[in-house]
Amino acid sequence: MSDATHAERRKLCLFGNPNSGKTTLFNRLTGARARVGNYPGVTVERREGSLRLPNGEEVEVLDLPGTYSLAPRSPDEAIASAALFEGDTDSVWVVVVDANALARTLYLATLVAETDVPLVVALNMVDEVEGRGGRVDVGPVERALGVRCVPIVASKGEGVDALLEAVIAAKPRSPLALPALGPAAGPLARVADGVASAFPSVRAGLVPGLARRFVLATDAELGELPDAIARPTREAIDAGAGEALVRVRYALVDDLTARTVDLPATTRSASERIDDVLTHPWLGTGIFLVVMGLIFEGLFVGAEPVVSVIERAVSAVGGFVAGVMPEGPLEGLVVDGVIAGVGNVVTFVPQIALLFLLLGVLEDSGYLARVAFVLDRLMGAVGLNGRAFVPMISGYACAIPAVMATRTIENAKDRILTMLVIPLMSCSARLPIYVLVTAAVFSGTKPVFGFIAVGAVVLLAMYTLSLVAAVGAAAVLRRTVLRGPRPTLMLELPPYRWPTGRNLAFGVWRRVRVFLTDAGSLILALSIILWALLSYPRDGAAHARFESAREQAETMLAGPALDARMHQLQDLEAQHGLEHSVAGRVGRAMEPALRPLGMDWRVGVGVLGAFAAREVFISTLGTVFGIGDADETSAPLRDVLTRAKRDDGSKLFTPLSGVALMVFFVLACQCMSTLAVVRRESGSWKWPVFLFGYMSVLAYVGALLVYQAGLAMGFS
Amino acid sequence: MARGGAPGGTAVNLAEVPAGSHATVTAIGGARAESVRLHELGLLPGTRVSVVRIAPLGDPLELRLRGYSLSVRRALARTIEVDDVGRDAR
Repeated sequence: MSDATHAERRKLCLFGNPNSGKTTLFNRLTGARARVGNYPGVTVERREGSLRLPNGEEVEVLDLPGTYSLAPRSPDEAIASAALFEGDTDSVWVVVVDANALARTLYLATLVAETDVPLVVALNMVDEVEGRGGRVDVGPVERALGVRCVPIVASKGEGVDALLEAVIAAKPRSPLALPALGPAAGPLARVADGVASAFPSVRAGLVPGLARRFVLATDAELGELPDAIARPTREAIDAGAGEALVRVRYALVDDLTARTVDLPATTRSASERIDDVLTHPWLGTGIFLVVMGLIFEGLFVGAEPVVSVIERAVSAVGGFVAGVMPEGPLEGLVVDGVIAGVGNVVTFVPQIALLFLLLGVLEDSGYLARVAFVLDRLMGAVGLNGRAFVPMISGYACAIPAVMATRTIENAKDRILTMLVIPLMSCSARLPIYVLVTAAVFSGTKPVFGFIAVGAVVLLAMYTLSLVAAVGAAAVLRRTVLRGPRPTLMLELPPYRWPTGRNLAFGVWRRVRVFLTDAGSLILALSIILWALLSYPRDGAAHARFESAREQAETMLAGPALDARMHQLQDLEAQHGLEHSVAGRVGRAMEPALRPLGMDWRVGVGVLGAFAAREVFISTLGTVFGIGDADETSAPLRDVLTRAKRDDGSKLFTPLSGVALMVFFVLACQCMSTLAVVRRESGSWKWPVFLFGYMSVLAYVGALLVYQAGLAMGFS
Repeated sequence: MARGGAPGGTAVNLAEVPAGSHATVTAIGGARAESVRLHELGLLPGTRVSVVRIAPLGDPLELRLRGYSLSVRRALARTIEVDDVGRDAR
């Protein structure tokens, strides 16, 4: 289908408060056909999909961001509000309201009724009201707003057919009049006159609604309006028109609620009783720690088997292709560039799927809002949002899903801040580096206090450093780059509900698909570029020398001796090829900058290679030291590192230079996949570039301080 | 809205209402952007609101109004004036 046919279709816009079940209805209507993207320039998710109405007409369904008002206080709400005031009268608006909280959710329906767009009210979750012994009557809402109101249960699909019939029948209306405005009526009418004269292209049916929205706007927004609107708006505000407007609307909402939902006088709901436990000072904190521990454990342990299956499959495919393709540059590109690059992308999928499944359960059940409630004060102390907690701890497993998980943070600035500090959390890909370097430099060291292994002390120190760095960076960035007053907390705590498998599955599937299509293609491209930098230019003369050495070996040696010699030649040729490559030359050029950190050019090449994925540091280091097929437990590589000498004959890997190198890896953003996913989630290159810059400076200065201070104190 | 007046005649704000009690909003001060949003969330003069509980670390508060739960920090609660404070039936 081309975009032109999409553009010609009528739109069905879903509008509603957060937690009203709007997205559940969207999933019901569009199923797996939904597409997810970003609104241009902002980190707000755009969800749309197609639907065939019962009369055969195809419409585009748009799931607008949840909002409480048309006077926005966040980028998400601004998009929802703008969509309404830019909407044509062909589009149909379905406002989803929660029958359990009609006294608030009906407010948004009255706002849309104050415009002329075709409107249907979907009265959701009527089953819960009926389950509590209540009854609903849609008549009063239909008569008062002049629209159809259809009871539905979005999670079970009940009432959806009737809703779609009402959508087919929906027509442009005359806007709902608010008769009781009293002394506010005059000032509001003057704002409407200003809107009509400043924006002549706005049709008459939107003018009163737009005028009222401006009266409730922030001062910053008013400053950007033409004077013809801003002046009467300020006068209306001074006359108290804003509060009067909301009061009149809520008087209508209160009256309609009382006549729509008939509930017996209730005792405390199940949700309130659950909260007595889950937000209890001691019990609640204990349960919270257990839940977070399970998530942490699940992320580390749960994804691992799938990841290793994928890694084995990728290397098997690579091996098979290498076997059938003629040896040469094309084989190198396909096996080491493309197939390894695809592997780099796919290995993230299990962790992303798992994290979004767990997050989906937390979010849909209502517990995530309680996490934010319980942690608001603690996280606020360093300028972070309460909702940043789960993404932050999942950063200990992997930054890629963790950065994607920042979507659960509504405030855009808080979201960016969290994205910028997550890569400082010591992810599991850094662990092999700590293991290898510790083994190389501390192998002979006695346990601390006689019984604590040095490796354990090193690991604890690195994980602590990473947490301190992340928290410190958040505090500093909040006061500098992302300065601004802390956003006011007005957080709805939705009732506890069972998550539905359908919503969880769609949520996970969309996240994985977005990752594969958007971030994945960028990661693949960067993998291929890095492979080329580590492989080219090739040294033809050297290749000829190695070929003749191989021929010579074949004539002089046989059996195990020949195998050993051929293996040695292969490692030596790989070592020479890396030295000769662009990366090898860059590594040499960087040596003067690396020497004060206790590193030499070979480590520099490893650091460049680590950019593809931190694990690649080890295989690149293996190649540059002439050891093929190295991993972190490989004894030959460890021994070579332990013996490696600098040009002046001193040892390259000492306890001090080893610690400096590990500190560098804790603090550096040596991961192109992280940068690719921050680019995707923040919507611009500005943030990944800043992220890479600040973390590189932090890593360099950190390693420099450790090494130079260590030397000055007499360590080696 | 008739003003009942708090016991002792002094103005009470929502941050001073103990957990497990309810009160009726009489006025909302503070910055306009925030007071307007509180109005739009249904917290306006005349609304009956309960302070359900306080977060384990002492802030924020959980309020209950209009059939839903809303969490706000103490700083914002101090801008909300109330009267008719009473214990919630449990």
